[in-house]
Amino acid sequence: MLYLFIEQALNGLQYGLMLFLLAAGLTLVFGIMDLINLAHGSLYMIGAFLAAAFYQWLGSFFPALLLAIIATALIGVILERILYRRLQGMSHLSQVLATFALILIANETIKIIFGAQPLMIGMPESLSGPIELVPDELYYPAYRMLIIGVGLAVALGLYLLVNRTRIGMWMRAGASNPQMAAVMGVRIKPLFTFVFALGAALCALAGALLGPLLAVSVGMGESILIPAFEVIVIGGIGSMRGALVGALLVGMIDTLGRLALTFGLKLVVDSATAATLGPTLASMMVSLLMVCVLFFRPQGLFPARG
Amino acid sequence: MSHTVLQVDQLVKRFGGLVATDHCNLEIRAGEVHALIGPNGAGKTTLLAQLSGELAADSGRILFEGRDITRLPIHKRVAAGIVRSFQITTLLPRLTVRENLALAVQARTGHSFDFLGTVADESDLDQGADEAARRVGLSDVMEQIVGTLSHGRQRALELGMALACKPRLLLLDEPMAGTDPEESKRMGELIHSLRKDHTLILVEHDMDAVFRLADRISVLVAGRVIATGSPDEIRNNPQVIAAYLGDDETQSAEPIQ
Amino acid sequence: MLSRFGPGRKIETPLLIGLPGPWTAIGVALLLAIYPLVMSAIGEDFFIIVGSRILIFALAASALNLALGYGGMISLGHAAFLGTGAYAVAILAKYGIVAAWVALPVAVLAAALAACLIGAVSLRTRGVYFIMITLAFAQLFYYLAISLPEFGGDDGLPISARSVIPGLPLDGDLGFYYFVLFIAGLAFVLLYRLVASRFGRALVAIRENERRMAAIGYPIYRLKLMAFTLSGGLAGLAGALLANLSMGVTPHTLTWHQSGILMVMVIIGGSGYFWGGITGAAIFLLLEETISAHTEHWNLILGALLLFIVLVAPDGVMSLRERVLKLLRGGGPPAPEAIPAGEEKTR
Repeated sequence: MLYLFIEQALNGLQYGLMLFLLAAGLTLVFGIMDLINLAHGSLYMIGAFLAAAFYQWLGSFFPALLLAIIATALIGVILERILYRRLQGMSHLSQVLATFALILIANETIKIIFGAQPLMIGMPESLSGPIELVPDELYYPAYRMLIIGVGLAVALGLYLLVNRTRIGMWMRAGASNPQMAAVMGVRIKPLFTFVFALGAALCALAGALLGPLLAVSVGMGESILIPAFEVIVIGGIGSMRGALVGALLVGMIDTLGRLALTFGLKLVVDSATAATLGPTLASMMVSLLMVCVLFFRPQGLFPARG
Repeated sequence: MSHTVLQVDQLVKRFGGLVATDHCNLEIRAGEVHALIGPNGAGKTTLLAQLSGELAADSGRILFEGRDITRLPIHKRVAAGIVRSFQITTLLPRLTVRENLALAVQARTGHSFDFLGTVADESDLDQGADEAARRVGLSDVMEQIVGTLSHGRQRALELGMALACKPRLLLLDEPMAGTDPEESKRMGELIHSLRKDHTLILVEHDMDAVFRLADRISVLVAGRVIATGSPDEIRNNPQVIAAYLGDDETQSAEPIQ
Repeated sequence: MLSRFGPGRKIETPLLIGLPGPWTAIGVALLLAIYPLVMSAIGEDFFIIVGSRILIFALAASALNLALGYGGMISLGHAAFLGTGAYAVAILAKYGIVAAWVALPVAVLAAALAACLIGAVSLRTRGVYFIMITLAFAQLFYYLAISLPEFGGDDGLPISARSVIPGLPLDGDLGFYYFVLFIAGLAFVLLYRLVASRFGRALVAIRENERRMAAIGYPIYRLKLMAFTLSGGLAGLAGALLANLSMGVTPHTLTWHQSGILMVMVIIGGSGYFWGGITGAAIFLLLEETISAHTEHWNLILGALLLFIVLVAPDGVMSLRERVLKLLRGGGPPAPEAIPAGEEKTR
């Protein structure tokens, strides 16, 4: 029972960290560019598909991962230059519609190129086995451990980037007050391009890492977009720390909530019903958490601006 | 001596660590033009926003004609007779002058939830709009789109909107802001003409206008009223002079000396 | 007729832009009434069903238009109300209640109640937060629908028979079309009365400048909540008709993709124009119908079209009339800029 809990907690951590990779880019774009980007999940999907394609070509996981990240970042730069820059001054409604359009286009393009069947990415051979965490009692897949490790490393890297570098200072200035930042001489346009490329790269990283665990399929972007939005609203739009805390919170609630609810429900209803009801109720709890945060702390748990 | 219309009692408003309104006391008498002056950042606009209901005070009380209105939402205060105008012109720029004014009249008639009853007769709105327009001298541009009017006329409409609500207490936030001398003079005359039927609180940076128009003046410094009195009393109040001279706001201080 | 603030006016301002005259309305109603007869005569019976579908989505999009176009409330969660109405009909049918005079009002009330509750919370936030919170609420409804096996879970809930009005043949496509036309027609009359009333005027003015409207004494929150609730109720009515058309409901009706499509319809037609939702739904569904017949990549074309509209003609098809008038007028009085969605950005 305890080990099941630990295993699920690790799964929650892993899911939370992947959500963080998505939310980090989303919250920066949102906070610094004041842009609501529904198509952020599409970059995640594109990253995953590119990783799958490169994997099929190279037959090796890590080079495919790297290429996918670079290619998706390039796509991010191109999108920023030709579309997002123009959307920036527009109303939120226009942004919602244009990025919704982008989702439709991305989904359909992927379908044309890769077909409607989900793709698989093979796990790196050396990581396909389990790691023994507690001898004979608790095993945890090595690959998932890798994801957790990468997630933590990226979180640390982003923390250092935002808090210790000049570009990070610009990012914080941009998130708290873009006009002021521009007046103070932050070169805001290259900063936007950088932020967007960074966000796209993080999406690709998450998409490629999750590829071996989930099927790489059209529509995967939309299913993860809502939790990513919930994360940044809970954490506070524009705040990196908020994105991390929010992501871990959402990851844990979703995973452990599933476990607890399924167990609890089994006492009340038959187990088949409990097995379907548990996960959806956990997802609802996340949405409810967001609603509560918006209601009682509309600026999120860690507001970026004062 | 006329009775007290509005009484502000130990009002406090904080923004984080900053105390914008600091146990502020104020008393406004019926039929007077009461000016609020003070250096930039003294909390005039914050105070005004708490009187109108846009901001909620943290503690203290606001009494309007003896009734506690501290917690009332804006629309109930408007219904009670307190209406504000804005320093930065806040109108419906894509609508005509008549539409703007008629909307203000409509708010007062309280039929805005009347979504099915056929409103065959809108003459009440038209009459109210005409009356307010006449008052502020906009009768000739009733059918024009507000956004196309000159700044001075938009300022006049800003005041007209408030008047169309038939207020008893008018809160004017820098009505002269951005107007040229001619427009400013006309606005002054307009305000002077209003004192017959209204009580006015006037926040204004143009000190000439303030000392010309006001019956009484309160000086706000750091969220507190440090002095209240007639223009002459204020002009010669050592505390006020010190407050103004101690401040960098020399241009505001000049007219006082 | 309303006096429309002042006699003999010529300038159209946002308060009454795009409100149809009585003759236009009668003309459109007549066209819609003979449409299925023509289709039947030329042997295109299939287009009668398409017609019903268009009318239903015209109603749903117009309902959203009330909140979005007139009220400036950017709801990305209207699928929740459409779905609530549809599920209400399907659930009632499951328990044997198929009388239209019970099912439709229940659907409307359920959706209006949902909108009232969601609106009561959401309207305390603004800007992007409003968009996100409506999205999150709609997602809650979606999760609820897929988690309840009694109501079909993932597969949805089919209904075995359409709602019944004694003596009327609603089973056939033609009969059902006229039923939809009648119900939707009533709803459009109601919508017209709403947007032309003092309530509608206040709503548009709040969209134009909320701060000003608050300062002259309008209870902003209550007015917006009322509009949101009415909008939800009408979307629920459309949902009830939709469940009858498709003989059931699936959770897909509740997805945010569906919310997005409704928004797209409003924008294509022109948000804040009376005919906006109707025109938008018609253009959208007819395009979908024709393009899907030739290619399976309809979504690609829709995406491109949508990008084009946002970047080039952000005010939709209905605004073209003003644009043309403006061109014709040349140096005439400055016509108001076409209607934006009316939105205050958060910063």
